[in-house]
Amino acid sequence: MSLDFHAVLAERNLNATISVGPVETVAIMGPNGAGKSSLIQILSGLLKPDAGQATLGDRVLFRVGPASADCSSSGTTHSARTASAASSWLSPHERGIGLLAQDPLLFPHLSVAENVAFGPRSQGRGKRAAMESAQKWLGEVDAVELSVRKPAQLSGGQAQRVALARALATEPELLLLDEPMAALDVNTAPFLRSLLKRVLEHRCAIIVTHDVLDALMLADRIIIMEQGRIIEQGPTAAVLAHPRSPFAASLAGLNVLSGALEGTSVQTPDAGAVVGRLATSQGAEFLATLGSESPATSRTSELPLASADGSMAVAAFAPSAVSVFLERPQGSPRNCFAVTVTELEPHGDHIRVRAGRLSADISPAAMAELGLVPGSAVFFVVKAAEVAIYPA
Amino acid sequence: MVLLRRPGRWEYQAVPRWIYVFAVLGTLFILVPLVGMVARVNWSQFLALVTSSASLDALLLSLKTAASSTVVCVILGVPLALVLARAQFAGQRVLRALILLPLVVPPVVGGLALLYTFGREGLIGKSLSIAGINIAFSTTAVIMAQSFVALPFLVLSLEGTLRTAGQRYEAVAATLGARPSTVMRRITLPLVLPGLVSGAVLAFARSLGEFGATLTFAGSLQGVTRTLPLEIYLQRETDPDAAVALSFVLIAVAVLVVGLTYRAPAHRPRAIVVPEGIHES
Repeated sequence: MSLDFHAVLAERNLNATISVGPVETVAIMGPNGAGKSSLIQILSGLLKPDAGQATLGDRVLFRVGPASADCSSSGTTHSARTASAASSWLSPHERGIGLLAQDPLLFPHLSVAENVAFGPRSQGRGKRAAMESAQKWLGEVDAVELSVRKPAQLSGGQAQRVALARALATEPELLLLDEPMAALDVNTAPFLRSLLKRVLEHRCAIIVTHDVLDALMLADRIIIMEQGRIIEQGPTAAVLAHPRSPFAASLAGLNVLSGALEGTSVQTPDAGAVVGRLATSQGAEFLATLGSESPATSRTSELPLASADGSMAVAAFAPSAVSVFLERPQGSPRNCFAVTVTELEPHGDHIRVRAGRLSADISPAAMAELGLVPGSAVFFVVKAAEVAIYPA
Repeated sequence: MVLLRRPGRWEYQAVPRWIYVFAVLGTLFILVPLVGMVARVNWSQFLALVTSSASLDALLLSLKTAASSTVVCVILGVPLALVLARAQFAGQRVLRALILLPLVVPPVVGGLALLYTFGREGLIGKSLSIAGINIAFSTTAVIMAQSFVALPFLVLSLEGTLRTAGQRYEAVAATLGARPSTVMRRITLPLVLPGLVSGAVLAFARSLGEFGATLTFAGSLQGVTRTLPLEIYLQRETDPDAAVALSFVLIAVAVLVVGLTYRAPAHRPRAIVVPEGIHES
C-alpha cells in the first residue's frame, strides 16, 4: 500500500506533503516542534488538520477543507462548510494504520498475550483465533515467554517489543513509529532496532526519530522537517553525504555553509568566500536524479559542474578537517573564519569546539595548548581540498 | 517505572509542623462527636432497640433504597462523566455546573423540585398520574430523591479519574481497530474501575444518609418511605435511646461499606498513570 498525504494545520504551523511507497520505510527527522508528531497524529486519525487529504492504497483516509487551503482561523469554519460535500474523515479504528509510540502504552489490566490479541479481537476475530495470532506475533518479537505476564512486570525493552507485536498483530497497511526507541536505554535499543529492521523489510512504514542510526539502519528515505515544513528529502545515504540544511548537516556531523556558487567557491553572506572542490561525479549523478539543473556530464571524479555559476550552492566540511588557531595563519590557500568559541564539549577522543554554526574537533592536548574557553576569539582554518561544494 | 519508586523511606515532607496542630483539631472535630454519641448508647437495651419492627423496617429500606440509587447513579453517572471528561461541546462548563447543583442546594429544596416535577400536580407527574402512575410518597420516590443528591458524587469522582487516566490508552486501542464502544468496554471502564468503585461508594454513603429530599418528596411511611435517618429523627422526640442506638447502626453500616469497598481498589492492578514528559527526561 502506498501513502499520499498532504495536510495543513495552522495551530501547529504544519504544512507538509509526503508520499511513501508500498514497501518503503521513511524516516522523519527534525528538531523538536518541527511538526513530526502532529503529522503522525493526523495520519493515525487522532488530530484533524485544517485542510488536506490522504490516501492509503485506494482508500481515502481523509479529505478536509479546500485542497490549497489558506488557513487563517476565520477562514477555516467557512472553508470547512464549503468543502463539506467532498470532505471525509476515517476514524482511527477504520484506518488500518498501526502506531507504536515512544511509550509502549500496554493496557495495564490485560496480560501480554491479551494485549497482543486485542487488535485481532477488535477486528472481529474469535477469542481462540486472536490468541493464536497473538502467540505468532509474540514469537515474531521473541517474547512468547512473556505472554502470561502483566505489563507492570516487564522491562522497558520487553514492553516495547510487546507493543510492536500488538501493533503488527492487526496487520496494518501502514505502520507509524513515533520515536520508538527514545525511552529505551542504550543496552536495549539495539535489540529493538534490529527487530524493527527485520519486520519493516516488506512494509510501508514511517519512523519519527532523533537518532541518525535509526534512519541509516531502518529507512530507505529520509525527510527533514523544520517549523512544520519539509526542507529536505532523499535517499538516506545521499542526504547524509550531501546535507543542505543545517539540521541534516548536524545529523551527518558536518559543517555546512550556503551561498552563491562562483567558480570553485561559495560566496556566503556571513562567512565570506569558501573555497572547495566541486562535487564528484557520484554527487552529480545523485543530483541529476533529484532533478537538479546541473548536467551529469562528468566522467572523471573531479570534473566541475558546468554552468552553475551564481546558483545556490552548499559548502560542507567535517569538524575534524578544521584546525584552530589563535592568530590568522599565513600561506597556503585555505579557508579561514574568524569566530568566537561558544561551547566546548567532549566528543569521542576529541574536544568539539563550537563557534555558532561551525564546529571543529581538536585533541585535548591542542585544547590545553590553546587555552580555549567560551568567548575566546579564534580562527577556524580548513583546506580547500577538505571542502565539498555541491548545488543547494 | 522502576525509577519512580521510592528508594527507602522518603524523608523530606513539605509540611510545616504547626500544620499538624490544625490537622489534629480537624480530626478531633470529626471524631469527638462520634465518641460523644457512642458514649450515650444504652448498651443494655441496644439489641432490643435496634431489632424493633420499626427499626428493622427502616434499616432494611435504607439498605435497599441506597443500593438501588447507587445502581441508578452508575447507570446515569458513568455516561455523564464520560461525556464531561471526553467530549467537547458548547456549554460543557455550564452543564457541569448544573449537574453539580445538588451538591450545593439544600436537600429540602431538591425534594421540593422533585415534588413539583414528579408529584401528583407536578410538571411530569400530572401526566403520569393520568396514566395511573404515582411516584411521590412511594419507595420509588425515596430512590429518586437519593439518586438526585448522590449523582454528583459519582460524576465528580469518575470524571476526575477519567481526566487523570488520560486518553492515550484509548487512542492506542482505536489504532488497533477497536470501535468506540469496544474501547469503552475493554479499556476505559477497566482502567477507571477504582474511580468508579469509590464514586459508587460515595454515592451509596450519601444515599444512606439522605434525609431532607426524602422527607419532602417521599414522606415518612413505615416500611415504604421511612428510611433510617427519618426513623432516627422521628424517634429522637419520643425515644432518644432508640435514636442513638439507630444512629450507631447507621454509622456502623457506613463505616463497614466505605471501609470494605474503599480498600478494594488497592488490591487490583491500578492504571499506571505516567504524566506526559516523564519518559523524555
